[in-house]
Parts: sequence; C-alpha cells; structure tokens
Amino acid sequence: MVLDILMIEDEPNIAEAVRFILDRDGWRLALHADGRGAIEAIRDCRPRLLILDLMLPNRSGAEILADLRADSDPALAATPVLMLTARGDTVSAAAQSDAVLPKPFANDELRAMVRRMLA
Amino acid sequence: MTQRGAPHVLTGTRIRERRLALSRRQADVARAAGISPAYLNLIEHNRRPVGADLVQRLAEVLQVPSEDLAEGREEARIAALRDAASRAPEIVSGSPPELDQAPEFLARFPGWAEALMATARRSEALERQLVNLSDRMRQDPYLLTTLHEILSAVTSVRSTASILADEGEIPDDWRHRFHANLDQDSLRLSTTAQALVAYLDSFEAESPIFTPQEEVEAWMAAGAPPVDEAGDLASDAARQLARTHLARLEEERERLPDADLSAASVDQADAVSIAARLGAPLDLVMRRLAALRPEGFARAGLLVCDGSGALTLRRPAPGFPLPRPGDACPLWPLYQALAAPQTAMAHLVVTPEGRRFTTLSYATRSQPSGISGPVLGRAQMLFQPAPASASAPALPEVPIGPSCRICPRADCAARREPSILLAR
Repeated sequence: MVLDILMIEDEPNIAEAVRFILDRDGWRLALHADGRGAIEAIRDCRPRLLILDLMLPNRSGAEILADLRADSDPALAATPVLMLTARGDTVSAAAQSDAVLPKPFANDELRAMVRRMLA
Repeated sequence: MTQRGAPHVLTGTRIRERRLALSRRQADVARAAGISPAYLNLIEHNRRPVGADLVQRLAEVLQVPSEDLAEGREEARIAALRDAASRAPEIVSGSPPELDQAPEFLARFPGWAEALMATARRSEALERQLVNLSDRMRQDPYLLTTLHEILSAVTSVRSTASILADEGEIPDDWRHRFHANLDQDSLRLSTTAQALVAYLDSFEAESPIFTPQEEVEAWMAAGAPPVDEAGDLASDAARQLARTHLARLEEERERLPDADLSAASVDQADAVSIAARLGAPLDLVMRRLAALRPEGFARAGLLVCDGSGALTLRRPAPGFPLPRPGDACPLWPLYQALAAPQTAMAHLVVTPEGRRFTTLSYATRSQPSGISGPVLGRAQMLFQPAPASASAPALPEVPIGPSCRICPRADCAARREPSILLAR
C-alpha cells in the first residue's frame, strides 16, 4: 500500500491532532517521533509527502532535510516536504523545503496545503 | 525645571581622570564621598547628574579644588546640546537645529536647554536598553526554549480545540483522548508561562542587561576590537576583564608562538600529542589552540572554570549549548577533571539535540602565594564538533545538557532543579 504522508513530529498531541484531521480527509498517514532514525523511516515508507517538524530531538528537521535532498536515490531525494516551524529565524533552515507552515496553524490551512501538495 | 543635571558631562570625566591619576579605587572614593560605587561609576561615565554639593565632596576626597572638577560646565552643556540636536530624528520639512546658536539658546533658555539634554540622555539610555533586550531575546537559550515550548503547546491546543468544535461527529475514544490532551497541554502552558514570568521578573529594570562576563563574550564574538572603542564593553568591570584577557593572550602567545603551534598541529589530531611534540604544558596548548584555532581546530571552543566550578572563560563552539553565565551542566567533563588534576580526559559528549562533540578536559593546581598559601584549582575543556561516526575515535559517551532548567533529560542523576521541558 502506498503511503501518502509521513509526519515526523515529536510533540505527540500535535501529531495526534494532525493524524485525526488527515485521516478524516482520507490520506494514509504514518508517524515518526524522533530525529534519530528519521531518514531510515523515510526510506522505508517512501511517502508522497513528508511533513517535517524543524525542532526535533537528536537530529533537527533541517539536518534531516539536507540528508534527504542528498540521498543517492533521486526519486526519494525529490520527495515533497512541508516544513513545520515554531521559530521566526528559520527561513534559511527551511530553504530546501517545498512549503513552510508556521506554528500555530489552523487545521484548514494544513488541509489546504496538503491537498495542494498531493494533487 | 531644576538645575540638578546641569554640569554632568565633562565633570564626570574629570572626576574619573583625577581618581585614576591618584590610583584610587572607585569604591574607596565613593565611600569617602558618601555615595555608592555604582552611583560614582554612573557619574564618571556622565550618565548621572552631579550637583554642586557632591562636586565639593568629591573634590575634597580627590584633593583638588572643586572648580577644577566643575570647570568647563558651559562648554560641556553646549556640547551636550549639540549632541542632543544631532540625535534628533531627521527633520523632513522646516529648519534643522541651529547648531551655531547653541550657546545663545543655553544662555537665554537654560530650563528648556536642560529639558532637551535630559530627553536626549533618556533617549540614548532607552535605545541602549532596547538593543540589549533585543539581543537577549534572540540569543538567550532559556527564552528561546521556553517560547518554543509555549508555541508547541498553543499549536496543539489550537488544532485539538478546533477539531472538537468543527469536526462534527467524533468517536468517543478520540473525543476522550482529545479532552485529555487539552488538559495536559493547558497544564503545560500554565507551568511554562509561570516559569517564563518568573524569569522575566528576575530582570531588574535598572540593572545592567549583561553581566561583565557576557559583555566580554560579546566583545570576543565581535573579534575583540580595541577595548576603548568596543561598544560591547559598557562597564568598567568588563573593560578590565577584557584587558586582562588580552594581556594573558599576549603573554601566552609569547610562550607559544602562532607559527610553532600551527606547525605542530598540522598532522596531530589532539592537544595531548601537540603538547608532547612541543614540550609545552598541556593547559597552555589547549588555551592557545582555542585562541588561534589552527587547522584541525577551526571550530574549537573552550570552557575554563576555577576550583569552585565557576566558569571564568566561555568561548563557544557552533552548536554547543552554552546557558547564561552562572548556569552549567554538572555532567560536563570539565568538572570531572577538577577531581583529577594533571590527568587529560577525553570524552564524546552528546547534547539533547543529538549533537556530538569531542572534549579534552584537564585540570591544574597551583599555590601562587607559596607553600603556606591556598591551593587553587583550575580546569579547562577544549571541545569541537565530533567528526562523522565512521572516523570518530572510540571515546566514553556522555549525555550532557545546557543547564537543568532547560534540559529535557528526565532520568539525569545530576539534576538540581526541575526542567520546564518535563512539565508536559
């Protein structure tokens, strides 16, 4: 089964809310809660869209994104990435992502962005 | 309008020059004149007005005619007026200030002139405070971490509440889970916000924004410009610290010249080997490596503490979490070294974010006052980002943090106070 979305987010309550919303919209979603092992999870899942938090334990979202873009598999390296940020100084860190959604966000905002990126 | 602030500009400078000429300590002069050292410091830097009575008292303490200290008050006031005019916002229409008529303005309207000067002084002080607060907001790891915590909790509350309000029918198990999440996040918000308010309350409005050590660190980060021209060095204590630091650097550079250190470090991976090759003391080599940052040590940082554990020098390395002065993690190998002087200790430390640094820690003891004097301990830790795991040496791995208050490690045996990150 092809996975639509992999979300890497260490805040369990945010992950749970996002999972509920996107499940309800019919997307197939998996979660990973740590910077460690994130790139392996992406390789295993090969999602159509990666939702990536910037501030993660053990390895930041920016580092994971850099690893992903440098992956030897061109299809994997080109995975669309929606970056979730909580800080104002992250423009450069999120530069390699395809879209940025600052926290806190409205659920409808997230839904619209996901719909657009998976269209 | 009173005349209380009238002659302050040059008078303060003259007081300072006279005191230094007598080699008198600021605290001694202040005590003899019946004022606090802090107030005398402000006077000497022309940041507080000084009335005629106080000028007289200071003149007696400094053994000089009071006229000598107060002399030049008119010139000083004229200079202050011109300075105030130069600081005024750009005037788009109308006439700019008539600078050449400042003496006449002062003579005819002394009260208005004083009001203008006081406003300019106030404006300058507020600008400086604003810059300092802005710097703190952008750099203080405690504030950054706390604000991130609050933003994360708010994000969760917003999404969860929106689901409960807008999503129509929700299965019971999900509804109960969301209610529990809201309860948990509101508690976390409450705890974190209280901690933040307490922290902000600890800022004393009139106290210096930075400690002298922070001023010196900012000065070093700016490339250590000449002390007398360095805007980062606002206090006497900071300037003194900076001069001491420069003198020690120079003395150590003479003992271990740049060229010798660079040549010895070309094919040596660690400070112990370099020290052995040079036949130089290890502690000196470590400090010189952190100062010169030759090839192989370009991203090195250095921490130095005294025997009490107080950090006396903090040169950051990229990604290493340095808390505010006065805070530290007891698990830093630096502190282990204190307990085992003359023994080099290598570790691989790992921050809560997973960043890895190789560290070399080394402590020395000395008796500068002779055999009957106290034994003084000092430890230092040279650290730099660890190479990729494939080439990393096998070192004991130590999980560390920045300081307990903002450290997420729940099971740390060295914890001395609760972390705001564990309130979730």
